[in-house]
Amino acid sequence: MSILDLFKNKTFSHGIHLPDKKEHTRNQKIRRLPFAPELIVPLTQHFGAPAKAVVSPGQEVVRGELIAEADGFMSVPIHAPASGVIKEIELYPTAKGPKTEAIIIKTWPGASQRMADFDPVNIPSLSHEQLIQAVQDTGMVGLGGAGFPTHVKLSVPAEYTIDTLVVNGCECEPYLTTDHRLMLESTEKLLHGISILMNALGAKQAIIGIEDNKMDAVNAIKDHISGFEHIQVQAVQTHYPQGSEKLLIKVLLGREVPSGGYPYQVGVVVQNIATITQLGELLPTNQGLIERVVTVTGTGVKKPGNYLIPLGTPIRFLLDYVGFSGTANHLILGGPMMGSTVASLDVPITKPVSGLLVFNEQSIEKVSDEIYPCIKCARCVDACPMHLNPSMLGQLAAKREYDPMMETYNLMDCFECGCCSYICPSNIPLVQYFRIAKSVLRERPREEV
Amino acid sequence: MIELRTSPHMKGALSLPQIMRHVIYALLPICAFSIYQFGISALALITVVTLSCIATEALFNHLSNKKNSLNDYTAVITGILLALTLPPGFPLWMGAVAGFIAISMGKTLFGGMGFNLFNPALLGRAFVQAAFPVAITSWTPTGMADRFTQFIPSSLTLPFTAPTAVDGFSGATPLALQKFEDTLTPNSDLILGFSSGSLGETSSLLIVFCGAYLIIRGFMGWRIPLAIILSTILISGAFYLLDNSYPSPLFMLTSGGLMLGALFMATDPVSAPVTPMGMWLFGFLIAAMTIIIRLFGGLPEGIMYAILFANASVPLIEAIAQPRKFGQVATKKSGESK
Repeated sequence: MSILDLFKNKTFSHGIHLPDKKEHTRNQKIRRLPFAPELIVPLTQHFGAPAKAVVSPGQEVVRGELIAEADGFMSVPIHAPASGVIKEIELYPTAKGPKTEAIIIKTWPGASQRMADFDPVNIPSLSHEQLIQAVQDTGMVGLGGAGFPTHVKLSVPAEYTIDTLVVNGCECEPYLTTDHRLMLESTEKLLHGISILMNALGAKQAIIGIEDNKMDAVNAIKDHISGFEHIQVQAVQTHYPQGSEKLLIKVLLGREVPSGGYPYQVGVVVQNIATITQLGELLPTNQGLIERVVTVTGTGVKKPGNYLIPLGTPIRFLLDYVGFSGTANHLILGGPMMGSTVASLDVPITKPVSGLLVFNEQSIEKVSDEIYPCIKCARCVDACPMHLNPSMLGQLAAKREYDPMMETYNLMDCFECGCCSYICPSNIPLVQYFRIAKSVLRERPREEV
Repeated sequence: MIELRTSPHMKGALSLPQIMRHVIYALLPICAFSIYQFGISALALITVVTLSCIATEALFNHLSNKKNSLNDYTAVITGILLALTLPPGFPLWMGAVAGFIAISMGKTLFGGMGFNLFNPALLGRAFVQAAFPVAITSWTPTGMADRFTQFIPSSLTLPFTAPTAVDGFSGATPLALQKFEDTLTPNSDLILGFSSGSLGETSSLLIVFCGAYLIIRGFMGWRIPLAIILSTILISGAFYLLDNSYPSPLFMLTSGGLMLGALFMATDPVSAPVTPMGMWLFGFLIAAMTIIIRLFGGLPEGIMYAILFANASVPLIEAIAQPRKFGQVATKKSGESK
């Protein structure tokens, strides 16, 4: 940290500065994408048990209708993103790799896409349990990328009290601008969503943390905030990975979530902008999550922008619509630091997907592919937001000495933000090593039993 | 064809060859100044030592069937740094030996770049200090009139013969003058570089400028140099306050190889710690050892052995200086997991 930082907005120690690359989409209003002729709706779009299909092939469904129900508490239901007829329930490739079961809907032409009717709900009249149930019924998950069921996150163990709802408007990944646009275009819905969640949690205050490359969003919220007590906006430094919830809590409240623990242990629940905005819209009208805003950008895209996309829309359809150059060969779902590449154009847009980045052959910045030995320059140590020692972890990983990585060097605290790999002048794929090491370590106890 | 990769999909621009190139750029003004002061002997010595390092690296790459590692520039850096620690009239053949030892014993023996425990340049120098004790302590004054037309006689000594001492070519270093003759060199000479010494150690001002370039451009860390400089001021200041017959902190900082060591030797990342706390301890250890050797040891200068000693201590330092991880609970009990 340099002396100059004292005059800037608050931030956490370590981390890195990234080129933000948001200029192509930050001023693009959210546009609606037409319905694809066929939607692929996976039953697993969230963290937890897959939903159970309640429709069968040949059955007609109306947009918004329940098509798969939650399988237990750690699961969420799925609603029809479009009106049409169920073609089949089949195994389909997903962004994560393995094929999972998906409901295929042949959609009616766009003109007949009418929403199913719902009875509005009077939110304040609901008990805490009813409200949690209502959140689960929307099928809402963390739209920032985690896909963790929102109602589970709101179900704080009884021994903890929540005093603060932290609203994550950092969007620290380069290229992505969905939260930015939502804050500008759906400010009221966002603030209503925050009020609902504050009540659900019994939180006394809510703080919206926004990186200072989005000052227009900070001001837009300030303009609307007067009617809402106990909600404040705080600009924080643009600094990756500011949007990691533990780091944001530290910056806004000065509280440190214990290693391996959860934010509720320090009296905080964090939700991201898209999640809250959608909840603010869905809960009062008793609807389910059937579409989301996705930033589509990158050098391979002709019409970059923010699109409101029906869940289940295949990437192939999306790319045809936005236009892409022929050599586009590097497709990333999510942001460039933590997103994953897709193997097939049949992969659909699902609940946690916040961005689709398309790059040509040479466009992703790469200086050299040559990997040099670690020179212990310590740049990774200075970059790791969890204050680990990636240099040592990387050397151990190269030797496959996984046990000391976990026991002595706290490998499991790594959340794979990618700072170390980004900064490494020797081009060592550190995060990639750590991912392998973690999966080996996770498998191990099962083998021993 | 869709390409599959794992995140992160962005990569910072800084690369290892780029860092090493800039280290070489930063060393060039120091080389130029040493050539200005000591003439063609300095030029020849720097060239011979660097070529010896490059040739040795190429030879061992060839012998061990490794791919060419010269493109990372580290052999060049080792060569230049090693030459800058040698006396101006050091016989050229001995310089070649020093370069060979630095790369072979200091670097390739451990597995090449990134794996050496010691700073290779200093290891090479330590070898010739032991092997050629007379040549390594024969100093030449700066700014001799015929330095651009004539070699210092000892430079051209034939291999395996001892250099002959020639009258008029002895110029004791400021540290030796202070230690053995109680003569203090003026501070301005030490800072600007008009006292005798090894090729690259004479002007502390120039060294600080060149090091600052690397730090400001982000090619080098600031903690180790700062730790050494602050610790030197602190420790030698304490001695100076206790007894004025000890040299002042300013003299300690600007004489001998301390500045070159602090900014260009101790900062060799491979043989230094990676943790912030480790770097501070490392710097303190180097300063303390240097001052102890200078004040109480048999040698006038101690920076080389201090850095080598600290290099050897790195695993120990790292063991006690691991960073406190984010969210670490202060009192962690054993049965508390999960």
